[in-house]
Amino acid sequence: MATYQLNVNGERRDVTVDPSTPLLWVLREDLKMTGTKYGCGVSACGACTVHVAGVATRSCMLPVSLVGERPVVTIEAIGRDPVGRAVQDAWVEKDVVQCGYCQSGQIMCAVALLKHTPKPTDANIEESMGGNICRCATYVRIREAIKSAAQRI
Amino acid sequence: MLRSRAAGLLISAFSCAFGTWMIVSGALGQARDARRSAASRAQGIAAWEQVYSVLTHARCINCHTATVYPQQGDDRQRHFANVVRGPEGKGVPGLNCASCHQETNADSTGVPGGHNWHLAPLSMKWQDLNDKPLSTAAVCRALTDRSKNHNLDGPGLLKHHEEEALVHWAWQPGQRPDGTMRTVPPLTHEEFVAATRRWVEAGTPCPRGR
Repeated sequence: MATYQLNVNGERRDVTVDPSTPLLWVLREDLKMTGTKYGCGVSACGACTVHVAGVATRSCMLPVSLVGERPVVTIEAIGRDPVGRAVQDAWVEKDVVQCGYCQSGQIMCAVALLKHTPKPTDANIEESMGGNICRCATYVRIREAIKSAAQRI
Repeated sequence: MLRSRAAGLLISAFSCAFGTWMIVSGALGQARDARRSAASRAQGIAAWEQVYSVLTHARCINCHTATVYPQQGDDRQRHFANVVRGPEGKGVPGLNCASCHQETNADSTGVPGGHNWHLAPLSMKWQDLNDKPLSTAAVCRALTDRSKNHNLDGPGLLKHHEEEALVHWAWQPGQRPDGTMRTVPPLTHEEFVAATRRWVEAGTPCPRGR
């Protein structure tokens, strides 16, 4: 076990865990922030996406020992960001969610896309969102919401 | 008068002999240089073939693709999760290389990592669009083409092989998700650098052929 001082959503959070513990489980089990979801556990579905130093990151495969001082932003705080707010509003407007399980990861990925590419093309959206799986197949509404959010930014 | 003519003849004969000696020895020298050059080229190409055996190992060639995606595994399958190259070889926003690959290997999760994880540029592709490795001659030509290799000369290539973090990673690739060790190239890093040095010292000769 080791103690880590994490910067999560702008707050310092101390956790004492095994160094190999994935960030996902630190967020969910130790910090009780359950907005970030466990999907596949092998980086293949995107449900666990958070931002680490601004980079959309698969938290299920990131050992907490490698986070370091990089700030972590989760779905719980993304609405404080103007782009994050625009994306969440667009998600509501387009009624994107069906079962909702993958949507926190979808939103975190969409925000990362729009922060770098404010006016994404269909190809941009397909490439950036291509690793985020939605079993309800809400992909068409996700695309519409991203385009709607792009107009709000 | 007679003495002066004899001296002239002597000088002429000497000049003639000296000239002949120069021509013969020059020809012999050229032949010797040619043999030496041929031997050097042969040694250089032999060293290159060792370098090539490393470059086409999965740890290296998986990120020297000709396509819009990286590969993974010893079977060099397409990278999972629809990962794409992106404009700078580092993926795209939302799905960057750094979305999973950190500065070091993450053995507990099996994700390989190293400094500045990225794909090689398309100018440094070492395989074709069907993911088949290019020939030894084609890879050598690409590697020595300064319009394709970030303007590296021989010593620059040697330095790249000797010091680049991602080159070093090939010999410390960490564990797979199942806990087994990833395979490493057929030479040690030291042998690889030594082979590169021999190849560079021979003038970076490339095999003939396509």
